[in-house]
Amino acid sequence: MAEFRMPALGADMEAGTIVEWLVKPGDKVKRGDIIAVVDTEKATIEVEVFEAGLIQSIVVPAGEKVPIGTVLASIATDDEAAPALAPRPPSPAKPPEIVRPAFQPIVPAPPIIERPPSTMPPVTRGRLRVSPLAMRVALDLGVDLSKVKGTGPDGAITKSDVERAAKSVPPPPPPAAPSVKADKAGGPSQPVMTADERHVAMRKVIAAAMVRSKHEIPHYYLGTPIDMSHSMGWLQAENLRRPVAQRLLYSVLLLKAAAVAIRDVPEMNGFWIDGAFKPGEAVHVGVAIALRQGGLIAPALHDVDKKSLDEIMANLRDLVNRVRAGTLRSSEIADATITVTSLGERGVESVFGVIYPPQVAIVGFGKIAERPWAVDGLVGARPVVAASLAADHRVSDGHRGALFLAAIDRLLQEPEKL
Amino acid sequence: MTDEAIKALVLKQLNRIAPEAETAELDPDVDMREQIDLDSMDILNLTIALHEATGVDIPESEYPHMTTLNGCVAYLRTRVK
Repeated sequence: MAEFRMPALGADMEAGTIVEWLVKPGDKVKRGDIIAVVDTEKATIEVEVFEAGLIQSIVVPAGEKVPIGTVLASIATDDEAAPALAPRPPSPAKPPEIVRPAFQPIVPAPPIIERPPSTMPPVTRGRLRVSPLAMRVALDLGVDLSKVKGTGPDGAITKSDVERAAKSVPPPPPPAAPSVKADKAGGPSQPVMTADERHVAMRKVIAAAMVRSKHEIPHYYLGTPIDMSHSMGWLQAENLRRPVAQRLLYSVLLLKAAAVAIRDVPEMNGFWIDGAFKPGEAVHVGVAIALRQGGLIAPALHDVDKKSLDEIMANLRDLVNRVRAGTLRSSEIADATITVTSLGERGVESVFGVIYPPQVAIVGFGKIAERPWAVDGLVGARPVVAASLAADHRVSDGHRGALFLAAIDRLLQEPEKL
Repeated sequence: MTDEAIKALVLKQLNRIAPEAETAELDPDVDMREQIDLDSMDILNLTIALHEATGVDIPESEYPHMTTLNGCVAYLRTRVK
């Protein structure tokens, strides 16, 4: 028997709300299946399961807000359920999705649970209550949300409602569970989380993480301009011969260079946990992505150092689209080992980041702009990017940080090898 | 394809890319990136979507023309069959 628990989706999360179950008792699941949608103050996240087997029971119904670590469902694993069946698929390198105590804030975070535990998280869009996931599915299926009957708590439209509407099947009666919640929360007219409330909640979790960072982490900062003429020239030529859907963004070169540079200076990659540095076992790069409605989130691109530029580009596009559509997956939220922020598109020349605890470094890139650049006594105009590093002085020193930035510079001079 | 049809197509794709943006209030002559906070990934997604819908291949060097709604219409008008 395996227990599926509320995962810790980032250092700043204390509790999460089940928005929707995508499985029911008796359903067969395999590793990596998305089985639930969980709302945190920052985002709505698709939670993957790391056990294969049969869902036995759903312990926490949709609409409930529970602390991380709470058992949400029980799963009869394949070993127990069907020992005579075919062997299980090979184990992934990833550990089971359980609470990692080191990810919890050490500094007391602002209280997060401020509303009755059963409040529903979907954003109110106009007068419709609809989860971001449902909104995306509606767009994909061409379903008019105003004609969909919501069966979630408070009449919120869930993914299943949209899919049912697409097939024009009448909705089932509302689940029995909400009546219990309604009692607890004082009736069905309780407010849902509006876009404004979500914004306030997001500011709160960013505040908690950043206060913790500046309170605990002795940052040191380094910066250097990098000549991007080779990278940009290569990229231009490459994109010219690529069909539009295959084109690369320069951010992909920056991400790959930062990830590969970790081979030279591994102490930039990992976590500060319980008074010691714990090196990252892989290079999962958190990409700071600004949300149009305000706030930001830094989900992880996995194994960036080992992936081709095309793979990174495809992953990045997928990630940005899902961040904006509000459908992140649990494995992307919790496990970044270093963060890269590229604020250049907002027009600033340089950015010095604040480390996202318990990580130990953040690389910043400003905008790429033409600057005078002297080579062999001659000045010419070249595209230049200001690269910066904010790193944890408990783990590394300025000299190592300088080597790290130098490695990024060196890698960007040979983009064809990235 | 009429200008109105192209405009409707661009707006439809923008709504997909940025569902929370108020595209109805877009000033057609002002940079969309500033009005609804689009970044390079959004512009690339828009270009891909417009390419898929119209068959027009938009080279990277033409992206500067695609930053306003009217710019998109003007660029596509002469190229869409």
